[in-house]
Amino acid sequence: MLRAGLSILLCLLFLPVVEAAEKPLKKASFLPQWSPQAQFAGYYVAYEKGFYRKHGIDLTILQGGSDRPPLLFLTEGKTDFASSWLSAGLRWRSSGHKVINICQIVQRSALMLIAKKSHHITKPRDMDGKKVSLWGDEFQIQPRAFFRKYDLNVEIIPQSFSVNLFLRDGVDVASATWYNEYHTLINSGLNPDELTTFFFHDHGLNFPEDGIYTLEETFERDPSLSCAFVKASIEGWVYAFSHLEESLDIVLKFIEQAKIPANKTHQKWMLNRMRDLTAFSDQPGSIGVLQPTDYQRVSHVLKESGLMDTEPDYESFFVWCGKDVEK
Amino acid sequence: MNPFSCGAARMWRNRGIAFKLILSTSVSSALIFLLVFGLHYYSSLKIIVKDIEANAQSLALSKANMIETALSSTMKIPESLACFLESASYDKEEILRLLHEIVERNPEICGSTIAFEPYRFEGKSSGFAPSFYKDNVNIAFSELSQESGGYFSLDWYQIPKEINRPQWSEPYYAGGGGKTLMATYSVPFYKEFRGEKQFMGVVTADISLEWLQHIVASIKVLQTGYAVLISKNGTLVTHPLKELIMNETIFGLAEERGDTTLREIGRKMIRGESGFVPFQSVDTEKHYWVYYTPIRSSGWALAILFPRNELVADINRLTWIVAILGIFGLTLLSIGLTIVARSITKPLTTMAMATQEIARGNLDVDLPLPRSGDEAGVLLSAFRSMKESLKDYIQRLTETTASKERIESELMIAHDIQMSILPKAFPPFPDRDEFDIYAMIHPAREVGGDFYDFFMIDHDHLCFAIGDVSGKGVPASLFMAVTKTLIKAASSKGIAPGETLTKVNRELSQGNEACMFATIFCGVLNTSTGEIFYANGGHNYPLVLREGSEATWLEGSSGIVVGGVENATYETGQAILQPGDSIFLYTDGVTEAMNEKEEFFSDDRLRTTITLFQGHPPKELISGVAGEIARFSQNMPQADDIAMMMIRFCGKKKR
Repeated sequence: MLRAGLSILLCLLFLPVVEAAEKPLKKASFLPQWSPQAQFAGYYVAYEKGFYRKHGIDLTILQGGSDRPPLLFLTEGKTDFASSWLSAGLRWRSSGHKVINICQIVQRSALMLIAKKSHHITKPRDMDGKKVSLWGDEFQIQPRAFFRKYDLNVEIIPQSFSVNLFLRDGVDVASATWYNEYHTLINSGLNPDELTTFFFHDHGLNFPEDGIYTLEETFERDPSLSCAFVKASIEGWVYAFSHLEESLDIVLKFIEQAKIPANKTHQKWMLNRMRDLTAFSDQPGSIGVLQPTDYQRVSHVLKESGLMDTEPDYESFFVWCGKDVEK
Repeated sequence: MNPFSCGAARMWRNRGIAFKLILSTSVSSALIFLLVFGLHYYSSLKIIVKDIEANAQSLALSKANMIETALSSTMKIPESLACFLESASYDKEEILRLLHEIVERNPEICGSTIAFEPYRFEGKSSGFAPSFYKDNVNIAFSELSQESGGYFSLDWYQIPKEINRPQWSEPYYAGGGGKTLMATYSVPFYKEFRGEKQFMGVVTADISLEWLQHIVASIKVLQTGYAVLISKNGTLVTHPLKELIMNETIFGLAEERGDTTLREIGRKMIRGESGFVPFQSVDTEKHYWVYYTPIRSSGWALAILFPRNELVADINRLTWIVAILGIFGLTLLSIGLTIVARSITKPLTTMAMATQEIARGNLDVDLPLPRSGDEAGVLLSAFRSMKESLKDYIQRLTETTASKERIESELMIAHDIQMSILPKAFPPFPDRDEFDIYAMIHPAREVGGDFYDFFMIDHDHLCFAIGDVSGKGVPASLFMAVTKTLIKAASSKGIAPGETLTKVNRELSQGNEACMFATIFCGVLNTSTGEIFYANGGHNYPLVLREGSEATWLEGSSGIVVGGVENATYETGQAILQPGDSIFLYTDGVTEAMNEKEEFFSDDRLRTTITLFQGHPPKELISGVAGEIARFSQNMPQADDIAMMMIRFCGKKKR
């Protein structure tokens, strides 16, 4: 009797070790589309809290940056997983690259246009004939669709990564993301009530942004790896949003490791906004799922803009690990 | 009024003088002190703040000016280059030479660039931007249009182009190892082309801001005051906290600390305003006064923080000293008050206890010697002398009482003796029924001067007398005794009362040094016949009560008082009493008895009273008259001796 009890106890004690020993960790890499910041908090938190290892992945998070286009890196095999905007992913696939979306993290478009009320811009119509600064490529799709929608004739100026041109009144309207430039403006001394904001999602142009991409080939070779990555990443996000302070510290640690100036206030703002953008969904409980309506809207605008010739099939583009993840 | 305040009021009332004095004086002094102290502190603070503001302003302005001067001298270099490019013609070599010279000759300039718009220089579509910059000791060259992304959308190029005026960039880190804080001053330049002003490009100068950081960092106000320089965007260019420099804006700091005041100050600063405001750091909770002023040429702003605690340290120290002195003074005052109050209350307490002791009769209670000449001391010495006087008085009173008691007892004895020489047994002659006699005497004092007497001269003759000696008390009683004795001695068978009085008068007059005298009515009744012979030496005539008629006064001539004139003579009168008739003799104490209204009892009242009791035996009549007198005079003390005597003649009865 005693011997039996002792052996059960020993079994229980060694169980995790045995399990870990049975499943050796699979190596994988992930590339975010920008340098470390709270925009990618979920991945850093999942990494730091050991969620990837728990799901059997020995993950390397690569350093992102403007010189490291994630989809290109993916196609070139320099990373297994990458974060990218839905519009970019769609165009990349439509141009013949076999990438698939396996998880749509950001459901709501953070992209926006900002104007100063002092420039008498309070509604889309007021932008007509004004100077608008825009970033390149993907960042121009929604604004241009917006101008088309409201039939606006604007003078487009290229926008750098700073908001100084806007602050110095070099332009009347500037592009911004809600989680980044908007806060930079606020923290450059502009009060929210002095600004007019145009969120694209408020104007029928909601483009889901950050999603997780991988190659079809990678997924087919080992679906469990991709699904484990998605599962661990979602866990990371969920944990990050329920442990804001701790997650903030984790993000700041990664920023410091990348030798980038860290601003806690700004990262805190960003993390909070990420929570708003991620939790946004027409169908609650569908975190990570790319909604067909969103997919269709983005494809439609891309085709309309002449940026995409063929519309990829939703089922082949978005591969959901399904109920496996929701557990 | 609530019961509490009532109780409090009672508690206050029952407290000692010392407590009330000390408490009220201390409290009012403390209030005055606090008021003066507060006013002093407030005014001093006001003066100091005014001073600080003036100092802050001049310090901030001088530093801002210093920075301004340095910046504008640097700004002239790209400005004059832009001017040259606008006015002169140039080629590539000329440009490169000029740029190289600028970087070489100006130590404050780390790099300089001329960046052209596309097609504005030798028709190059990607632009042309030669740049020289200091790379450690050497001067390096690069062509920015060759770098990835180009330069057209970079702030240093784009902003002056779009806003059409020179522009200072936000400070940034660059230089060797990216450790040098720099800022770029960009000047756009133009050229007339077919009558139109065309944007040609931008001339820039990269300037190290280390000197500026140094100037600002060297601004120290006392121990903890410091200066902060912020850029146009509110970025902290210098700050005592190194981790904030270039990494945080004043607004980010305000957001992190939840400090709206800080944000408001920041907004005023980047708007180019100046001001002097109090400010509390949310982080350290330290209080400061902040003076902020713009650096106009670059759009940056300088703020100098003056640590309040240090600036008011002197006044705080002074305040502390004043406060300690005040508390010390108040303590001294309380001690002084306690001593004074004690000097008042201690004698009072002692006296209160002594008074209780004295009230209990202990006059030997100890009283402290007065130690001061103040009111308390005077009171104590007065109390002491009062105690001594009381003691003395009580002693004397005791002695006097003792002697008075002795005298009184002697007087009682004298009274008894006096009474004993008067016949007091009634009826005096129980075997005689021809007459009835009753007498009563009531001296005003223990012994008196009134007297009466009666005795049988022989079987048929009853001698009777009533008298009143001048004065009262012992002398009168002695004189009365002499007189009575003399009357008795002078009366003998066959001698008329007039003769008796004459004899008595002669005896009394001789050697009467005291000049005393007496009024005497003296008579002899023949108990067989009712015949009365009588003589009067200045006394009230007796009343004769005859049966069936009103009482009347016996008539006759009256001699002078006995003992006054040596050879005076007295006549003898005669009257007849019928059986049943009575004679009532009295002294003037009866008629002159007074009531409260100072009315005399009077002859009339006497006669009325006697008439009322007519027919009653002598004893009853005299008692009746005495009762009437007592009723008349009520509570008035008896002023004179009273004596009454009544003789009723019954006639010879057949046995």
